[in-house]
Amino acid sequence: MRHASTYLPAAEIADSVRRGERAAVEVVEEHLATIAEREPEVHAFNALTDAQARMAAELIDRRVAAGEDPGPLAGVPVALKDNLCTAGVPTTCSSRILEGWLPPYDATVVTRLGLAGAIAIGKTNLDEFAMGSSTENSAFGPTHNPHDASRVPGGSSGGSAAAVAAGFAPLALGSDTGGSIRQPAALCGVVGVKPTYGRVSRYGLIAFASSLDQIGPLAPTVADAALLLEVVAGHDPLDSTSVPEPPPSLVAGLDDGVEGLRVGVVAELMGQGVAPDVRRRVEAAAEALAGAGAKVEETSVAALAYGLSAYYLIAPAEASSNLARYDGVRYGLRVDAPTTATMNVATRTAGFGPEVKRRIMLGTYALSAGYYDAYYGKAQKVRTLVIRDFAAAYESFDLLLSPTSPTTAFPLGAKAADPLSMYLSDVCTIPSNLAGDPAVSVPFGTGDDGLPVGVQILAPALAEATMLRAAAVLEDAMLDQAMARAEATP
Amino acid sequence: MSDWETVVGLEVHCELATATKLFCGCRNAFGDEPNTNVCPVCLGLPGSLPVLNRGAVELAVRLGLALGCRVEPSLFHRKNYFYPDMPKDYQVSQYDRPINVDGALELPDGTRVGIERAHLEEDTGKSTHVGGGGRIHEADHSLVDYNRAGVPLVEIVSRPDLRSAEQARAYVNELRAVLLATGASDARMEEGSLRVDANISVRPAGFSTFGTRCEVKNLNSTRSLGRAIDYEARRQIALLEAGEQVAQQTRHWDEADGRTHPLRSKEEAYDYRYFPEPDLVPLAPDDAWLGQVRAGLPPLPAERRRRLAEATGSVPAAVAVVVERGLDDLVLGALAAGGDGRRLVVHAEHDLAGGTGALDPEAFAALSRLEADGALTATQAKAVLAELVAGGGDPAAVAERLGFRALGGDELAGAVDAAIAANPDAWDRYLAGDAKVSGFFVGQVMRATRGQADGKAVTALLAQRAAATPG
Repeated sequence: MRHASTYLPAAEIADSVRRGERAAVEVVEEHLATIAEREPEVHAFNALTDAQARMAAELIDRRVAAGEDPGPLAGVPVALKDNLCTAGVPTTCSSRILEGWLPPYDATVVTRLGLAGAIAIGKTNLDEFAMGSSTENSAFGPTHNPHDASRVPGGSSGGSAAAVAAGFAPLALGSDTGGSIRQPAALCGVVGVKPTYGRVSRYGLIAFASSLDQIGPLAPTVADAALLLEVVAGHDPLDSTSVPEPPPSLVAGLDDGVEGLRVGVVAELMGQGVAPDVRRRVEAAAEALAGAGAKVEETSVAALAYGLSAYYLIAPAEASSNLARYDGVRYGLRVDAPTTATMNVATRTAGFGPEVKRRIMLGTYALSAGYYDAYYGKAQKVRTLVIRDFAAAYESFDLLLSPTSPTTAFPLGAKAADPLSMYLSDVCTIPSNLAGDPAVSVPFGTGDDGLPVGVQILAPALAEATMLRAAAVLEDAMLDQAMARAEATP
Repeated sequence: MSDWETVVGLEVHCELATATKLFCGCRNAFGDEPNTNVCPVCLGLPGSLPVLNRGAVELAVRLGLALGCRVEPSLFHRKNYFYPDMPKDYQVSQYDRPINVDGALELPDGTRVGIERAHLEEDTGKSTHVGGGGRIHEADHSLVDYNRAGVPLVEIVSRPDLRSAEQARAYVNELRAVLLATGASDARMEEGSLRVDANISVRPAGFSTFGTRCEVKNLNSTRSLGRAIDYEARRQIALLEAGEQVAQQTRHWDEADGRTHPLRSKEEAYDYRYFPEPDLVPLAPDDAWLGQVRAGLPPLPAERRRRLAEATGSVPAAVAVVVERGLDDLVLGALAAGGDGRRLVVHAEHDLAGGTGALDPEAFAALSRLEADGALTATQAKAVLAELVAGGGDPAAVAERLGFRALGGDELAGAVDAAIAANPDAWDRYLAGDAKVSGFFVGQVMRATRGQADGKAVTALLAQRAAATPG
């Protein structure tokens, strides 16, 4: 369970540091202590940047002492998924192929965190190149779920989700290509947001599938996730797919409630494959929203039934191209061989794990002459249908509701030998990536096994504010229940 | 079968003369220290993303409009293949939706060569193979310079409208002139900023279907282009006349042995797995901007040839050299100042190859008038022109200083009569209709007058005398 003793909302930490009531150095030391205690069991990090973090914290304290305001995340430790470039700090994507590579530049989100006074505390583990749903596909070993170390934390941002759940950092950034923020958030009992495609700059995010990838926050609370998203969102001239809209105001309206909002429960995401205990939690969430004044109905978004199939053509196709550059010529691993071509093959054979190879093969095939129309071309048509069906649903509803993951955290190794069952973990989260729409996973109680269940709220493009208002309502409902339970227990 | 027609289509890659690269802010410069104009984007480092250079789009559009293309909404694709000098192991290029489509280039001889497309793409780096004679397979090691990686290129694809090596060279020269005129490129083949691949096939003369083509690469000058086309056409004709087939191949021109050699066959062609580049958004220039670009276009060579030909009473092909040297404005200025069009064109073509120096349109006009009026011979005018280029001045005064004057009517008539009298046999042959003897008499008169006679005037006088001789 979360280390409640060190837990404080990020907003409160930043406020106290900005007021000079608490030293950033002290905040960092507390978190490093928690990490020292539990990291051997959890393995959330590929690398800690403790020395840099201590120095950054001291700098924050000096600035506060000098009367400056270091920003809205002053002194708040943030864990960074290890596919976000950090200048001079190894960035591995949990792959052998990037062995020894030091990025010469910071990702835009890392720069923005620095400008907001946040402190990068370490690089978190992930499924290699973000390909996976359990963080078992890491070249550096799996991450364990802080709620039950025999279980996976989900993936691919499993290290970031586990870091937040274990109290290693109040905030973390992950990336979400088919559910890689939301699914681990659900399995670790934290909030995870996949923003609208283009909301957060991808500059410096090592690409898996460029048209689907999006960086987003993981945090213990909706308010902290909203705060982190406000800091990293906004147009970036270095990312051509970044939306021109100004960063959204999210925290301010968070308590405005859902009175009058129309919420649709997506039938296609509630059926076969969704565990009964998870389904019950989604139904409970629907009731909670209705109780708060929302108009909740079941609805159908027909094309979602084909989302998973389309995703597993589009994402590998883009990945096959994005990962071509790891050829041993310029950086990272090189396995020498007599010719350039054999060196390329030897390097890639040694450097990539089996899941990455599988997806490169799938994607290469899907784009090949003679197969393009039947696979990649058809998948793009399905993607268009998914977008169209979502758009139609959003004519009748402000938000949609579904499970985040069909199950709670599964045991390590349970699905490792069966890629298809692993792929099904993302069936509820993939559609938002295909459509480019935002979605959030918010913890909503536990399953029969006592492990966290996340429910997913989906919204149309750029409607993060409305989406997070609804997430805050669910969070409040859980708090109310917890307090009621506490009062009932003498 | 002995009558064959050569069919050629050209693919010209041309580096755009932008200050920076296509997708990043690195300098676009030739000849800098290796790997100094590089950044995470053009090195394709993990996490980097491209941002399209507006200046490159503008130059591509200028070129497209100059070639009479339609400028269309376009899309970038990824062309995937492994090569060490390509940092991302894919090239960002335009595929089925290029920016410029369906134009034409008019050659000086009036031939219109169709332009299928002129699309944008990024250049690769440059490999140097050390040891093993500089070839990749025998090299000890290879060095890669990524300064060129990401430099903007347009690829200009012609239709198979060219019919000879000479026409292909004329096409490249004309395209170069358009590239220079529009400022799109410095178009230097020797520095590799203009690179030409040729698709060559042959067919029986008069047929309209095409033969099997070969693509020939490594053409580093227009001379190589011409030689390669001639060689390749001969090779294909020999195969066909021997009853064999031409195999569709990519071939490599070897300048040293003057032959083409197979690189890869159709079956070995790469599968580039093109798909839309997800890191870039579709490109759709708006009409107002296109209008501005169009309005900013300078007059183009074909138009300048037409204008000069019309003004001087010549045919476009005859003024091509003048336009190519950029002397058309000078000629038109001199024409406006009262000059003689035909003589201005002749001088501009033959006597101003080394530049125009201190020559101004007024002096040029006056010189051509002196010549037209018979006050100076062509030879004298050429000498005066050289003085005007060197130091300027008034052509009449320069002619006087050089002691030039064309012989007047009586003096010239006297010299002609003297020549006739001194060469009675030749004169008889002239009278008998032997036209060649005319030249002999002109020579005699020239020698006697130390070059001050006008050759045409002498010829006219000879004809006059002959007519007056009773037959």
